[in-house]
Formats: sequence, structure tokens, C-alpha cells
Amino acid sequence: MIHLENVSKNFTLHNQGGAAIEVIRGAFLSVAPGECVALTGASGAGKSTLMRILYGNYLTASGRVLVGGVDVAQAPPREILALRREVLGYVSQFLRVVPRVPTLEVVAEPALAAGAEVQAAQDRARELLARLNIPQRLWPLSPTTFSGGEQQRVNIARGFAHPYPALLLDEPTASLDAANRAVVLDLIGEAKARGAAIVGIFHDVEARAQVADREVDVSAFTPQAAGA
Amino acid sequence: MTPLLQVEGVTRRYGARIGCEDVGFALWPGEVMGIVGESGSGKSTLLGCLSGHLAPDAGRVLYDAGSGGGAQDVTAMPEAARRRLLRTDWAFVHQNPRDGLRMNVSAGGNVGERLMAVGARNYGAIRARAEDWLGRVEIDTARIDDRPSAFSGGMQQRLQIARNLVSGPRLVFMDEPTGGLDVSVQARLLDLLRGLVRDMGLSAVIVTHDLAVVRLLADRLMVMKGGQVVETGLTDQVLDDPQHAYSQLLVSSVLQV
Repeated sequence: MIHLENVSKNFTLHNQGGAAIEVIRGAFLSVAPGECVALTGASGAGKSTLMRILYGNYLTASGRVLVGGVDVAQAPPREILALRREVLGYVSQFLRVVPRVPTLEVVAEPALAAGAEVQAAQDRARELLARLNIPQRLWPLSPTTFSGGEQQRVNIARGFAHPYPALLLDEPTASLDAANRAVVLDLIGEAKARGAAIVGIFHDVEARAQVADREVDVSAFTPQAAGA
Repeated sequence: MTPLLQVEGVTRRYGARIGCEDVGFALWPGEVMGIVGESGSGKSTLLGCLSGHLAPDAGRVLYDAGSGGGAQDVTAMPEAARRRLLRTDWAFVHQNPRDGLRMNVSAGGNVGERLMAVGARNYGAIRARAEDWLGRVEIDTARIDDRPSAFSGGMQQRLQIARNLVSGPRLVFMDEPTGGLDVSVQARLLDLLRGLVRDMGLSAVIVTHDLAVVRLLADRLMVMKGGQVVETGLTDQVLDDPQHAYSQLLVSSVLQV
């Protein structure tokens, strides 16, 4: 479902003396349907960079990034947008929403965008919010005023609103209490059971052990310093 | 499916000075394209050329209404046909609301006029739709018979947006649409626009300098400098991984709230 082939990534900082920084070289990754692969490696090793390459918000210098048969590194914007609507979900660490939009609508939106009926999308949103212990009285309010942990749970609910065949999870259990962490791990388990291919970053070792089938250490793709 | 708008080599000069040069892109139904860049970079000139307000010196702007008649070059259309397009299928939200409103006609009349242009004739129905849209842009319906000249700048802008969207256009051009608005109303409008894009397949080309607006609203982004497009791509790609020196400067110059 997800295949990275020989991917490399550079940043050129034009306004800082044109410094060129090579951050990833020769990355390979393959994730089958129903499989969860955890990216590991020290902070700064390139875990989030790899996730963004998969999602298409980072460009690559070379290589292929296949998600559901679409090469994210080459496809025109329109195809990547369709891929993100229907196939590829992404739970980032930050909730980005239009202010003043009620939480229930925020969570239902990805399902609506993927073509679900309003009623079905809202039912799914209610179910997820309830499972993630967001009090019902908060549903009509915008999540912009919620606590960090609540925002994160709303973000997770959004990510699971549509049954994406491929999912990227960036620290989905960070800053959650034990009960909510268990809910998130259940959601991940259910997504795997229905055949979703999942790439995740989990600093939480126990959570990683519970849902990940394999670990890939991204420091293997970190270029050595020049001359080394 | 075919692109709604196909732009090829659009160039406009002001004497020796370049307004915009060799701009091309395709906009598909349901897509929102953002155009960013510093003032004087040619954003508004380009928008004017695309929407038929300005005649380009070179290039074509092909619009396909999807009615099976194929794409038509807007720049070569007779004036009457272009004006009809601007009253029905298209909408243009001006930076200055006074350019997009009839200042001596009531708020309700401003909104109703667009409806009549697409064939509405029943007074009660037109007034009801006008009231509905005033509500959506958060203008007190008690002000429906007031003239826009009695409105604040932000209210005028909201009225202009209601006037433009009431007739269910397929393509909206917007020049700094949220520039003069309170942030609270700005958020409401962003939500309104997103709903229209999702539910009605509305497409839009939005010129703005507000990167936060662009991130929430636009699928794709074009960065202009000195009349030329220096970078184009998915909005989050251009904002998260800008390639051109100018895009990098633009993104890194935003103040964090």
C-alpha cells in the first residue's frame, strides 16, 4: 500500500547563505495493508520529514513515493488532493481548523469530503468523540479553545472519521492519559483489522510495542556528514 | 472531467513595466487556488486578466462551463457575453467593496439584483433569499433596506460577498476578500466558503497576503514576485517546504500568534 523507493531529501536555505542540507538519503519503506510500521530514531533523525514526504507536503530530490499506486513525488496537485480525500489520512501533532466551526463538524468534515452522507458522517463523528471522552457539551463548540489534550483527541477523531486505506500517525498518544491512550490504540488496532496500512511515530514505547508490527530506524537513511 | 479554467501565457504590461508575465495554470472544478506575493507583484493584475476586467497583451483564458459547448477564450469573447458570464457563472469580490456594490441601492437590492440576473422574478422569494444570505454573512436583517453607504467597511465587504455568492456561481475571483474584516467574521466567511466548495463544487481564485487564510482555504498556491510566478504547488507543500528564495522569505516572515 505504501512504498518508498530510494528517496532522498534536501533543503536549500536561500536566505541563509544558500546553505544546502541533505537530510535523507536512500530511504526505503514498504507497508502492507493491515500492517503498522513504527518509525524510530533519535530526535532530528528525520521521522517527521519522512511522514511529510509520504503526505506530499515535502518535496523529494529523488526516488518514488507510492501510496495506493499514486507517486506522491510526481503526481499533479489534483491527484494528491484526491488521494488525501479518499486514501491517505494524516494525524499531525497540531489541530488546524477554521475558527468558530463546531467540534462535531470539524470531526465529520473528512468523511463528508470523502463523499459520505451528512447523517452518516455526523454519526461517526459522535461515536468517535464519545469514545475519545470529549464531553458532549463541548461538541457544539469550536475546538480552538480546548485544552491541548482535548485538541489532540479531536485531531485523532478527525483522522479516523473516514476509513482511509493508508494512515500516517505522528505521535498519536503523546500527552494522553492512560484511558484515552487505550482508546487510541484500539482505534489503531481496528484500522489495521480493516486493512489499513499505517506508518506511525510513537515515542511511547509501550504503545509502540502494542500496535506496531515492525520498526524502521530512520537514522539508517541519515546522510553522514561530509567527509565522514 | 476537464479543467474549469485553463490559463495559458497570460501577460499584461503597463508600458515598459510588467504587470504579470507568462502565467499559466489549470483550475479544476471544486479547486481553490490561492495567489500570494508582496504588493506590486502582479496578483491583482493577473486576477483582472483572468476575470475579463483587464485585457491581457498576450495569452488565453479558456473557460469551460461544462455544458458540452467546449472551452471558450474569455479574452476573445464579445463584451456582452463576458458581462453575462460575470453576472451569472462567475463572481468577483473586489478588494474595495465600493467597486463591487451599488452604493445607492439597498442591501437587499444589491443581493437581489444578482438573483434577478439569473432569472429570479418572485419578489417574496428574492427577498427571502436576500435575508438568508445577509444572515449568513452576519448582517442584521433589520438593515436589509439600508444602503451600503450607511454600512461600515467590514459590513460592506460582507454584503459584497453575499451579493456575489447568492446566485450560486461556479467560479469566484476574490481580491483580498478578508482584508478589512474582523477576525471573527473572517473565520465565519472561511467556513462559509469551504462549505460552498464542498457542497456545490465552487471553484475559486483568491488573491491574498494572509498565509493563514490560504492554508485553511486554498488547495493550491501560486507565489508571485515581480509579475512572475516563482513557485506553485499544493498549499501545504509551498508553505511547509518552500523552494524559491522569495517563498522562503515570505513563509519565514509570518509573525506567530
